[in-house]
Parts: sequence; C-alpha cells; structure tokens
Amino acid sequence: MSMSSGQLWLLVIVLSVTAYALKVLGFVIVGSRTPPPLVERCLALIPASLLAALVAKDTFTSAQDFVVDARAAGLVVALIAVWRRAPFIVVVVAAMAATALVRRFA
Amino acid sequence: MSDAPSPAADSTDSNAADAERKRVITASLTLGGAVGITALSFGLAAVSAGANVWQACALSFFTFTGASQFSAMSVVGAGGSVGAAFGGAALLAVRNFVYGLALAGRLTNDERGRKLPLLHRLVAAQFVIDETTAMSTAQPQLRLARTAFWVTALSLFVTWNLGTLIGALAGSFLDTQALGFDAAFPAAFAAMLPPHLRTRRGRLAAVTGAIVVVALTPFMPIGIPILVAVVGVLFGVRP
Repeated sequence: MSMSSGQLWLLVIVLSVTAYALKVLGFVIVGSRTPPPLVERCLALIPASLLAALVAKDTFTSAQDFVVDARAAGLVVALIAVWRRAPFIVVVVAAMAATALVRRFA
Repeated sequence: MSDAPSPAADSTDSNAADAERKRVITASLTLGGAVGITALSFGLAAVSAGANVWQACALSFFTFTGASQFSAMSVVGAGGSVGAAFGGAALLAVRNFVYGLALAGRLTNDERGRKLPLLHRLVAAQFVIDETTAMSTAQPQLRLARTAFWVTALSLFVTWNLGTLIGALAGSFLDTQALGFDAAFPAAFAAMLPPHLRTRRGRLAAVTGAIVVVALTPFMPIGIPILVAVVGVLFGVRP
C-alpha cells in the first residue's frame, strides 16, 4: 500500500478531530434548530450517494482501472443477502467467501 | 392523570414504566452486540487496507462513526492520498451534525429545561451517531430517550472498540487477499445502504453516485471520484 504509517496517523488524527467537531457543532453549538428544508433534503442524500459510490469503487475499480473480477461475485452475493435482510455479518462473510472461492477456483 | 391515583393504579403505572425502561435497555444492549460484529469486520478490513492495529483502534475510539471509518480505509486500501481518504470520510460524517440538531433539545437539558454542564454535553457529543440517534428519537418520553441514548452509546462504544481490536489482531495474522477480506468493504457499504434507498430521491442519488465513480475513475486521482459522487445530493434541490 502506498500510504506511509505517518500519513495514516495524520489521516486518523485529522479525521477524528473533524468528526468530533461536526458532532459538537450540531449537538452543542448550533443546538436544536432545523436547517432550511433545501439544505436538509440535500444533506440527507449524502449517505446514499457516497455509500453507493463506495460500493462501485470497491467492486469495479482497481487503482485507476475499471475491472470486473472476483469481487463482482462477492457483490452479487452481498446484494442477495441485503435483499433477503440478512444480518450485517452474514452479508460481509458471504461476500468474502464468494470472492475467495472465485479467486481460488476461477 | 387523575387527581388522586389509587395506590394500585400507581404501582401498575410504575410497573409499566419499569417494563418499558427494561425493554429500552435490552434493545439498546442488543444493538451494541450487533455492532460489535460490524466492528470485527472493520478491524479486519482496516488491516487489509494497510493500517496497523493501533491505527484501526484509534479510528474506532476517536473517530467513532462507522461509515466514515470504512470509507477512509477503503480509499487508503485503493492507494489514494490522505486528502482523498479524508474528504469522503468527512462528507459522510456530516450526518452526525444533522443528528446533533435533532438530539440537542432532548438531551442537552435536564428535566427542568436547564442546560446540562458543558462537559456533559461535550462528552455526549462523541456518541451522536446513527444508532444512538435512531434509538433515542424512537422514544416519545424524554427520560426514556435519555436512557436509550446513554445505554446505546456506552454498549456501542465498548463493543465497537473491542470488536475493532479483535478484528485487527486477527487480520494481522491472516492472508487477507486469499480470504477475500477486500470484499468486506463493498459488502459493508451495501449493507449500510438500504435505509437510504427508501425514497425515490435516495435511489436516484445512489445510482448517480455509482455511475459517477465508474465513469470518472480512469481520469482522476484515486479517491477523488468519491468526492465528485456527492453531486447525487442535487436530487434534493427540488422539493
């Protein structure tokens, strides 16, 4: 992996400070106020956009290339498990097992 | 409430309140257990992405917001920069700001409506995340909302950190590539998605995010397409 341990520590620290600052900003500083509806609607969509983007990135890209490999099999299994409302750990383990099996035998 | 409740009615009321309180505590502790399992997979995934055990544990202790932690490690694993890994994770953490607004009125004041001490509020803020917000806002009564928040917060904090430690230790002894641990990332993100896909807007935002990443990956530094994918939120502009 290309990131050094020092850079990883920098990431851990900056992300921790930012995450806590966002929590404090809403909970302690701004307090019980409702943001304008437009802002609220847009903020509510961040997880949908980013989580789906991360699924696509982690399944179909490798560095800067588009690839379809064993991870795609893992995703198919994960989506079936999510669709069947399987618990989190079942989704993850099933996807890992499918990926490992395809890597081993395909 | 009647003017003079009979002793019998009073004890029934307090029994019902006790039962309700127990139910809330049990639900919150159960959630903590389930989240511990998620933490195991975070620990494994973080180590397979190139973090060491201490870094994985520090993220769970101090950052303490799962989706952001997974996101940061996913970009690190792909070979992205510190800035790219930070950007996506920070954007995902913005929802804790929104949760803070929703929880503030219910949890920052005491029973008489006076502000709780600043230190108390600053400690509570660290626990303003998906699960505590869901459990706490589900309680109509203020006292139960507070119980739900704190029991969920503390049980989650313990299991999340313990799970991360065990997962990271296990991950550092195993061949993560052969065992398919990299597939834990997309599976984890897919498992976190369903609550955000209930609305049409949410589904449009998700599809947009996925398409943007696949389309832009060849042309941008690693991790940056994730930041661009946030354009999906523009589906929230129209009422």
